[in-house]
Amino acid sequence: MAQPKRAAMHPYIPNMIPEVQRQMLNEIGVESIEDLYRIIPDELKLKEQMDLPPALSELELRRHVDRLLSRNHSTQEVVSFLGAGCWPHFIPAVCDEINQRSEFATAYAGEPYEDHGRFQALFEYQSLVAELVDMDVVNVPTFDWAQATSTSLRMAARMTGRSKVLLAGTIDKDKLKIIANYITPDLTFELVDFHTETGELDPQDLRNKITDDTAAVYFENPSFLGTIEPCGQQIADIAHEAGAVCVVGVDPISLGVLKPPSQYGADIICGDLQPLGMHMNYGGGQAGFIATRDEEKYVMEYPSRLFGIAPTIVEGEYGFGDVAYERTSFHDREKGKESVGTQTALWGITAGVYLALLGPHGMQELGQTIMQKSQYAAKLLGQIEGVSIRLQSPFFKEFVADFTETGLTVEEILKQLRAEGIQGGRDLSSDFPELGQSMLLCVTEVHAQEDIELLAEALGRVCSRVMKGVNS
Amino acid sequence: MKRIIREQKVRNFHQAKWDEPVIFELHKPGERGVEAPQAESAIVAAVGDGVSVIPDSMKRTEPPALPEIGQAKVLRHYLRLSQETMGSDFNVEIGQGTCTMKYIPRVNEMMIRTTKLMELHPLQHEDDVQGILEVYYRLDLAMREISGLDRFSFQPSSGTQALLTMASIVRAYHESRGEGEQRNEIITTMFSHPSQAATAVVKGYKIITVMPDADGFPDIEQLKRAVSDRTAGFVVANPEDTGIFNPRIREFTDIVHAAGGICYYDQANANGLLGITRAKEAGFDMCFFNLHKTFAAPHMCGGPATGALGVTEALAPFLPGPVVSRSGEREHYELQEPGDLSIGKVRSFHGVAQTVLRAYAWIRSLGAEGLLNVAQVAVLNNNYLYHKILQIPGASAPYIKGNRLEQVRYSWQKMTEDTGVTTEDVTRRMCDFGLHYWTSHHPYVVPQPFTLEPTESYSKEDLDEYIQALVQISKEAYNEPETVKNAPTRSTVHRINDSSFDDPAKWCITWRAYLKKTALPQAEA
Repeated sequence: MAQPKRAAMHPYIPNMIPEVQRQMLNEIGVESIEDLYRIIPDELKLKEQMDLPPALSELELRRHVDRLLSRNHSTQEVVSFLGAGCWPHFIPAVCDEINQRSEFATAYAGEPYEDHGRFQALFEYQSLVAELVDMDVVNVPTFDWAQATSTSLRMAARMTGRSKVLLAGTIDKDKLKIIANYITPDLTFELVDFHTETGELDPQDLRNKITDDTAAVYFENPSFLGTIEPCGQQIADIAHEAGAVCVVGVDPISLGVLKPPSQYGADIICGDLQPLGMHMNYGGGQAGFIATRDEEKYVMEYPSRLFGIAPTIVEGEYGFGDVAYERTSFHDREKGKESVGTQTALWGITAGVYLALLGPHGMQELGQTIMQKSQYAAKLLGQIEGVSIRLQSPFFKEFVADFTETGLTVEEILKQLRAEGIQGGRDLSSDFPELGQSMLLCVTEVHAQEDIELLAEALGRVCSRVMKGVNS
Repeated sequence: MKRIIREQKVRNFHQAKWDEPVIFELHKPGERGVEAPQAESAIVAAVGDGVSVIPDSMKRTEPPALPEIGQAKVLRHYLRLSQETMGSDFNVEIGQGTCTMKYIPRVNEMMIRTTKLMELHPLQHEDDVQGILEVYYRLDLAMREISGLDRFSFQPSSGTQALLTMASIVRAYHESRGEGEQRNEIITTMFSHPSQAATAVVKGYKIITVMPDADGFPDIEQLKRAVSDRTAGFVVANPEDTGIFNPRIREFTDIVHAAGGICYYDQANANGLLGITRAKEAGFDMCFFNLHKTFAAPHMCGGPATGALGVTEALAPFLPGPVVSRSGEREHYELQEPGDLSIGKVRSFHGVAQTVLRAYAWIRSLGAEGLLNVAQVAVLNNNYLYHKILQIPGASAPYIKGNRLEQVRYSWQKMTEDTGVTTEDVTRRMCDFGLHYWTSHHPYVVPQPFTLEPTESYSKEDLDEYIQALVQISKEAYNEPETVKNAPTRSTVHRINDSSFDDPAKWCITWRAYLKKTALPQAEA
């Protein structure tokens, strides 16, 4: 028996009921929905239905998407040692619970009255990161670390009226592409050399390159190559002597054990929040923060929203709202500072939850665990014949292993590791040719001892196969 | 028992009010929110404490002054704050015009929460990420069909970042032709989003703003006078935030093209246009869609999001990279690195993959006919709302009298003149009925503005509820204006004293700054 035709009624579109549409059209005083489009000239109207795949029911959609995603092999299936700007970290369940709350997930740009909770949660995020970096002002987060750096550099340029910036040569070249696009054409940049034995910035080269048109000196600590820069104060002093702003990029998860850059001369601190509770999500977990001292000249240069606390007409009640809103492009269009809009607010709230859960001791202990595990990995890898741990500096979370002596390219090694079910680190050979055939490996608290040993054994096998060939 | 009578016309609402302390006030020394993972004993035996290698100059001497709070207390605190937030799931969310606050399908939210996506590293080998690359590729194909353009990038992570990307492409294009210096102006319109002008300035452009004519259309005569051999580009939304569609848009793009400029299209207001009209036929070289608006990804308190950026074949080489392509006959997807003309990158890695998947899923759940239904019902809903609001005493909608598309910028000018009640007062009063309401970006070209966009997601009864709240407020303004001026009274908080927010000596952007700036005298403390 033929099934009766089901009415065309999409679950997401309630006003598809013909009688309701008729009633609404009558109220408006037109015959048909087409009449409402009369203003669009015929020559602009699409004459045919779009050529898109047929609609799927919810059940069919789930089946379809499941099938697509089943072709992914995540880092839960393949042991991975990739970091390089997006890192695997332990995420407390409470972080997920909060950022999946539908109140937060579906809120947007409400006022401090109906969205009091959103304002408070973001004010708290600002306040918690402020403790981590030991600064008094933190923004509602921006897109990612690269954007935070770019904006920090533009802030410095506006404050100093200068147009050149100096960047540590260890910078991630992908991040550099983003910065270069964002600061051009108003600013130009130059890279400062680093010692290829230690990863440290070369202070002499910095002195040679800094001029009275240098707006900012930017370096990261730990650097993109994982090394801890011991001479932060010296770099900041050189910047300040030349009248430049010292901008330091930082991985916030290191700050339980590493000194916050504000304590060695940084004027602006920036970094990525992804380590603080965000899943990697194929790079969708990035979020950038900027922090400064509470001085008008800094605060007025932020393009971002800054949420502040204030009293209400009721005694004992906290209220929140936008600080110095008139500096933003929302208020002042092209005269505002850069631009503001949708960025990564929910990741800010999540980072706040993360810091509230970890607390001061948790951050300290976690930093220690990461250092121990990554040192253990470097130690095992350094024992493999043909492999050397390239930069002889203390490092945090990431380190550089040099395979040049094996005669193999990193590409070849990664391929052989894949055959053993391991995703190795990031190939540095094209971005940092001065480091030879090197790989940037990331080891965090999520890597179990056996994961690290698995990597070392696999690399041992890969290298011994060729080293035997070399030695015979 | 007796029948419970429910006759009130507006909702008898009260927002959650937990009177929650600021999180630092929950500090209890010794409590723990979560255990930090520890290294295995063999590792400790092999490397020691791990931290003594840190040079003294870089050792943290004092732990960060974060609060110490037990896990349940942290959870409870943030759950309470979430309840004090009016997500679009909870209200007739038509008050945030220009933002397209539509229904967020739960199935999409569920599908992104898989380790197959959450635990994917962006630099993993291509063979391990074929599923998500295919999603990018399929969404690209769908977007090409929806816009008529030839290639999409999903790297920009908001409309603003897409606008910045487009301004960057404009610059790179003219530089590639040796006209980078000469073409230093970008033309925009007054009713376009402020980010259009703001991002073009970041890319070094002078801004020329075309004002509306008497009917609210961007003034074509002004455009004709504005273009020259200095014109680099023209950026506009259509319809603009007034909901007025500019039928002469093709003439606009022709004028700009004749002067050698690039036309780029802010499609933040595309919800009424799906399957109706496209960027291509209107003569645009580039466009972007907010996947968190038109394509039903949630707004996440303000991101992360996606500004899906489409370009013509001629501009494809300028896109940020990599883009996803399909190789040969076999079902293999690749990340294709761009060539020398590319502007490089605008965001790390590949943008926000979760949002890309959500948008793809949404399109698949509707199909071509469903997308057309979305547009048509969004426009029907808007015109119904428009018709009803024009009947409310004190309300009006400046400019052309005909129908609008998916949203309208209204005005309370008459009500303000009659009663002294402003649009900001209405914002606060709407909270008392559990509803959002948004005025406009600045400057207020429409006096006492408010901007409503009902989308396709709401039923006639939902719209009637919103209208009824506005009717009620208009009545109050004319009869008991203090009720509106003193609002909210049924929200989480009462009127905020915002006088400190513009005073550097008093503003408090963090808790520690607040403690310093409001230190009590010793005796009181």
